[in-house]
Amino acid sequence: MPQPETTGSTLGVTDLRVSVAHGQTAVRDVSFDIAPGESVGLVGESGSGKTLTCRAVLGLLPGGVRVEAGRVELGEGPTAVELTGAGRRTWNQVRGTRLAAVFQDPASYLNPSLTIGHQVDEQLRVRGGLARAEARTRTLELLLEVGIHDAATVYHQYPFQLSGGMLQRVLIAIAVSLNPDLLIADEATTALDTVVQAEILDLVGRLRRSHRLSLLLVTHDLAVVAESCDRVLVMYGGEIVESGPTEQVLNDPQHPYTQALMRVASIGDWSRRTLETIAGQPPAPGEELPGCRFAPRCPLAAAECTAAPVPVVELGDQRAARCVKVAVPA
Amino acid sequence: MSVTTSPATTDTAPLLRITDLAVSYAAPRRGTHLGTGAALDGAELEVRRGEIVGIVGETGSGKTTLARATVGLVSPARGTIEFDGTDLGSLRGRALRDFRRRGRVQLVFQDSLRSLDPDLDVAALVAEPLDIAGGLSAADRSQRVDEALQEVGLEPGAVLRRRPGQLSGGQRQRVALARAIVTRPDLLLCDEPVSALDVSNRNLVLNLLDRLRRDLDLAVVIIAHDLSSLAGIADRVAVFYRSRLVEQGPIREVLESPAHPYTALLTASAPSVTRHHRLRPDDVCVPVDDERAAWTADGGCVFAARCRFAHDACRVQPDVLPLGPTRTAACYVAGRWDQPAQPTQPTQPTQPQSTQSTQPA
Repeated sequence: MPQPETTGSTLGVTDLRVSVAHGQTAVRDVSFDIAPGESVGLVGESGSGKTLTCRAVLGLLPGGVRVEAGRVELGEGPTAVELTGAGRRTWNQVRGTRLAAVFQDPASYLNPSLTIGHQVDEQLRVRGGLARAEARTRTLELLLEVGIHDAATVYHQYPFQLSGGMLQRVLIAIAVSLNPDLLIADEATTALDTVVQAEILDLVGRLRRSHRLSLLLVTHDLAVVAESCDRVLVMYGGEIVESGPTEQVLNDPQHPYTQALMRVASIGDWSRRTLETIAGQPPAPGEELPGCRFAPRCPLAAAECTAAPVPVVELGDQRAARCVKVAVPA
Repeated sequence: MSVTTSPATTDTAPLLRITDLAVSYAAPRRGTHLGTGAALDGAELEVRRGEIVGIVGETGSGKTTLARATVGLVSPARGTIEFDGTDLGSLRGRALRDFRRRGRVQLVFQDSLRSLDPDLDVAALVAEPLDIAGGLSAADRSQRVDEALQEVGLEPGAVLRRRPGQLSGGQRQRVALARAIVTRPDLLLCDEPVSALDVSNRNLVLNLLDRLRRDLDLAVVIIAHDLSSLAGIADRVAVFYRSRLVEQGPIREVLESPAHPYTALLTASAPSVTRHHRLRPDDVCVPVDDERAAWTADGGCVFAARCRFAHDACRVQPDVLPLGPTRTAACYVAGRWDQPAQPTQPTQPTQPQSTQSTQPA
């Protein structure tokens, strides 16, 4: 896969720390960058902190969950915005126009009593400042662009009349309507069936190229990342345990957790008879462990793993892993 | 027709035999996507003891309806559902009630968070089917509950007093399974048992189902919307599209050489970490063609609107026909759509006119 231009930064997350109730840390020292036009996959099991990380970036953390430390910076240079302490005015300037998101369960993000056209228009009129007729024209263009071929009909339909895949297309149309720099897709294809999932991933890929859109794709399925991301971040127990270009990471995973994920992922080999699992349970949010957070489940765990916190080891070639066993390049 | 290659099965009569089943929720309404009438049309399925049969299809393809009809939650418009030699449609009154209370057929519903009563603890949830079946002392009942929980890999002491909201997704799914197997059923129907779980928990639950059918000689039907969750454990698979059975056969054969273009589309769309795709979705699928979509509404093939190989014959829905000893498919070009020589003359260009008319080939 050709590497995108990696100059500049659309999103920079530095040492992000998010705590849930009673000050328990659920996301620890997460740092990553997304370059313009780049697509980055954030992968992990349920409870790994991937959703909290992307909600922190969007400023949509649930009540009682707080950003304790770290920076989330959107853009760079004169237009850079720091989001962790942002007030309502800043969020209003940023959401939709520079930062957009789609989630799992598209039906619950649309108003059931308004037509599709009304809801796409709304964004264009309120935020984009378009007049009614202009907004309508633009909405029809957008619906066509996201692969709804009978846009004129769908414009007048209500959410209940459309399938989950169509609703997700509508939400993507709303998300890209104001040409944001970054699209965050949090398990956006998880509830869809295989064929529709492939179509939506293909659509997002096309929009990335045509809109020069950066993508943060949050998923539990490594196979989805393999299909659609330039770079992958593997999260476990609130930490990023491995990161690097997708192809290299998947061909030669360094962290034992990534290796375990590879064994349980869909490999497209239909003859496989045994379904591997990762033994044990991930640590609860806030559970403090002396060293590596994967050590209790790791087949390679040794005394040194639990002696002290494990630092991220830079492996060169944009790759890094948080494991004491990885070979440090000379 | 359905001789299977599964080692666990013999040529005994199937435990469940569904013949020509049709279910309709509402009268058809032209011009809308709703109330298209048939939720299921001409469905056939046979399941034997110790066998896992997968049912795959997109949302609205009728797979959940098939399970609901089997347990009697919807009544069929046509066709028969035969369980262990008894036609379930013929049961009335007391006989029907007795059959349902004994819990020989159990359905594990989709979305265990919403289908388990949030106010009951695990002990009450798992005991409930036994209470309904009746005839057990309190001590026997709690022993059966413990057994069922252990069978699904949960430690009774740790979970008995918890409520659904206090369990993880994987645990909750296992509680739903324990609730289903506590009556020692012969047939277990699981509706999307793994779609809400992450990959590791998914494999855990699938392995559990595999073990249950061995331990308890259960017949298991797993409804899924992706093939990858069935690939590891199912013996046979039935593929549904828009209320119709389009293909059925041993899982490996179906996945490795799909006979129906829709099955091929499913395999081509499945994401894979190895990025090796022999087939791409575009090889079998075209954007929806309005003219051919009208064929479907007039009784044509259900897949005609998106099929790259649709031709004039597809104006009439093909029957489900045998394709070798163990496979069936409903397609005029079943098993030979990928061969270069066109067996029939298509009257349509393979691309829809709208995008191709101005471009030279």
